[in-house]
Amino acid sequence: MNALARLRPTRLTSTGIVYLVLVLVLVLGAVITAAAGRNFFSSGNISAILTGTSILGFIAIGQTLVILAGSLDLSVPYVASLASLLGGVTMAGQTGNIPLAVVTALGVAALIGLVNGLVVAYLHVHGFIASLGMGLILAGYLGTNYKGSAGSAPRDFRLIGALNIGPVPLSTLIMLGCAVLVILLLRRTRIGHHLYAVGGSKDVARLSGVRTQPPIVLAHVLCSVLAGMAGLLLLARLSVGSPTIGTQGGYDLMSIAAVVLGGTVLAGGKGNILGTLGGVAIFAVMDNIMGVMQLNAFLQDVVRGLVIVLAVAVYARRNADLRPARFDRSRAARHTPAPTTAGGAA
Amino acid sequence: MTSNDAVAPTASTPAQPVLRATGLTKRFFGNAVLEDVTLELHPGQVHGLVGENGAGKSTLMKVLAGVHQPDEGTVEIGGETTHFSHPIQAQQAGLSTVFQEFNLLPDRTVAENIYLGREPRRGPLVDTAAMRRDTTELLDGLGVTGLDPDRTVRSLSVAEQQIVEIAKAVSYDSRIISMDEPTAALADHEVELLYAIIRRLLDRDVAILYVSHRLKEIFDLCDTITVLKDGQQVTTQPAGELDEGALVRLMVGREMSAFFPEPTPGTEVGEPLLTLSGSGNGYVDGIDLTLRAGEIVGLAGLQGSGRTELVESVFGVTPLTRGTLTLDGETTTIGSPRQAIRRGLALITEDRKAKGLALSQSVLDNALGVVRSVFPGRTGEARSGMPGVLSSLEVAARSLDQEVQFLSGGNQQKVVLARWLSVNPRVMLMDEPTRGIDVGAKHAIYELMRGLAADGVGVLMVSSELPEVIGMSDRILVMRDGRLAGELPRGAAEEDVLALATGADEHEEVVA
Repeated sequence: MNALARLRPTRLTSTGIVYLVLVLVLVLGAVITAAAGRNFFSSGNISAILTGTSILGFIAIGQTLVILAGSLDLSVPYVASLASLLGGVTMAGQTGNIPLAVVTALGVAALIGLVNGLVVAYLHVHGFIASLGMGLILAGYLGTNYKGSAGSAPRDFRLIGALNIGPVPLSTLIMLGCAVLVILLLRRTRIGHHLYAVGGSKDVARLSGVRTQPPIVLAHVLCSVLAGMAGLLLLARLSVGSPTIGTQGGYDLMSIAAVVLGGTVLAGGKGNILGTLGGVAIFAVMDNIMGVMQLNAFLQDVVRGLVIVLAVAVYARRNADLRPARFDRSRAARHTPAPTTAGGAA
Repeated sequence: MTSNDAVAPTASTPAQPVLRATGLTKRFFGNAVLEDVTLELHPGQVHGLVGENGAGKSTLMKVLAGVHQPDEGTVEIGGETTHFSHPIQAQQAGLSTVFQEFNLLPDRTVAENIYLGREPRRGPLVDTAAMRRDTTELLDGLGVTGLDPDRTVRSLSVAEQQIVEIAKAVSYDSRIISMDEPTAALADHEVELLYAIIRRLLDRDVAILYVSHRLKEIFDLCDTITVLKDGQQVTTQPAGELDEGALVRLMVGREMSAFFPEPTPGTEVGEPLLTLSGSGNGYVDGIDLTLRAGEIVGLAGLQGSGRTELVESVFGVTPLTRGTLTLDGETTTIGSPRQAIRRGLALITEDRKAKGLALSQSVLDNALGVVRSVFPGRTGEARSGMPGVLSSLEVAARSLDQEVQFLSGGNQQKVVLARWLSVNPRVMLMDEPTRGIDVGAKHAIYELMRGLAADGVGVLMVSSELPEVIGMSDRILVMRDGRLAGELPRGAAEEDVLALATGADEHEEVVA
């Protein structure tokens, strides 16, 4: 039993499982939709599913970064609402105002992320609490200053939400472009590597000479900016900014669910963007199927809830026994007495 | 960063030490844990550091590595006096340490772990191809083949993880590498691999400081040996002038028998309470043992030999999957700690802060933790008796409501004992019951063990401290590589326990 020669059976990675599930859901969707007498793979339906991925996609990519770094961001729905309002009000229906509006909205979002990041990294407040507080502050600000929808997006800006290239919506392409950039950041830059290290173990990172604060701050800034982009996309779709659009979508918890469904470990240090995109896609396809089946909205929530819990249970089971065994398990299997234990005896 | 060229072997004569520590003293809270230690490390040589647990070996390594700062004394590397305030500075000066606990990220790859914080770049991007290539070269240079740089550390065996840890230390171009029990978790055949790596390092004129409890390794590898005892340097001698017997005498060198209380008069060894035959699971195998009423059985062995795993398996943490377990004459299985507790077992865990106590809860809540969850009907009775139990254990706490995190280690351990005493166990499994506690509390725990035995409880005690094992045990079982290596009678010599634990002399006895 040479330690180095011992090979382990290759197991499906978490991301592999996510995409396997996605394929299963797609097959299920095709069957159910066909039974309803429609074509699941029609370009209209594909386009509808992809449209469903883009907003949650932006936010979930950002959430992945924050979770990988060992933090959490609950302020994203408020950032999205604020960005839609700042964008809409600044644009005020004029095409010429678009660049300024985008810069303003994303700049404010970045600032919010910076504050979150600094509080988490330097004041050692857990991201859950730091961003919960930030969310409350933003909710208060929005409620005080905006009584309802405000601003207006010019036609050119609304096109971002409406334009398709083939069956693929432009908004989805932008989202995927962001995903590629973030994947590059995580895989091929030092700060990306350090982000994983800090999320995995701050002590190990520090002992290896890594400065632990910058990756955390960066993750929060990017997460907020991506939430801001989601807000601008909502503005493009609705043509007005809204103080409640983010919370209505439930993007805080849905993004965390998509990240976890995508195989990223909630404690940080392990996971990737591809898995998150798979998780977002699974949600979008499920929503589409449930729409075809005309399930009522409450039942839809029940199904979503079941899927999330089931997924995490599967991952937990895979990771339950991490201590390498000294003795061969196949032997254990042969000699195992009936595992039923006389629990009721006492 | 350090230029490695400065220590080219031609430049320095063999007599020139690469590291010289002079008069190192380190105190914690006024207690000297290291006193006036002086040693020199030479290129291409292994300096062995031995001593019992608590002798100050790890402290010495941590002082050299920059984790702790010495209160007195100096460390010179390459003739220059150093003042490290962080391990990174030591690494940059050419001194790397392989600590006992792993400093690796389990979910990152081998290459990512080795180059963490120093990822090679091309332009703004990390050059992952170069990182992989460098890792392969580094491992090749150590004579390690077949370790894929892209595998995650989690998927590696303990031995492979140890190799990655050493490779990481080597990758800093270190002139000095200190290793704290690098073989603690390795099986015998894996140790050979480590030897081969160390020999390659010596060929490159690296100086190695080597801590191990396995005396065979010390004599296999070391040129010079330093013995520490209670923080003091007993001797530093060429290895050739010593043999195992002499070394053990230097390490032990004191009479401790008076410290351990004699069995309480009237204690009788009775019927078997717990019997394992051919038992095993993923962590232990082929275990045959009997624990009788009124008996204290010591479970000795090296770190990683499977002692903790064995008591945890009996207690249902990782249930036994093979063999038979007999409790009070009745064959049964224990599938969870809850079942174990219901059948009269108790487990004092090795790590009391992580597994034994809820640190932010009160003394009373902790002491009642087991009763409340397993025998809720008896909570009232246990609660009214608890002040008496705690005061009989002489727990020094301000009140029953004080949070246990504010108690000393010894008092915390007494609270752990109280929570188990309140359920009146018949079998007491104790894993390192006196680790990290003061002498007075130790003595109290020994007295308590004798008292339990007198009441007909069977005690199975895991301990890394040989004097404790020998001073307290009616019989001593020794584990090696997940199996029982042998049994020794009361009052056996430390040398015999060590021999069984290390497999130094290959006369294996079959446990009756």
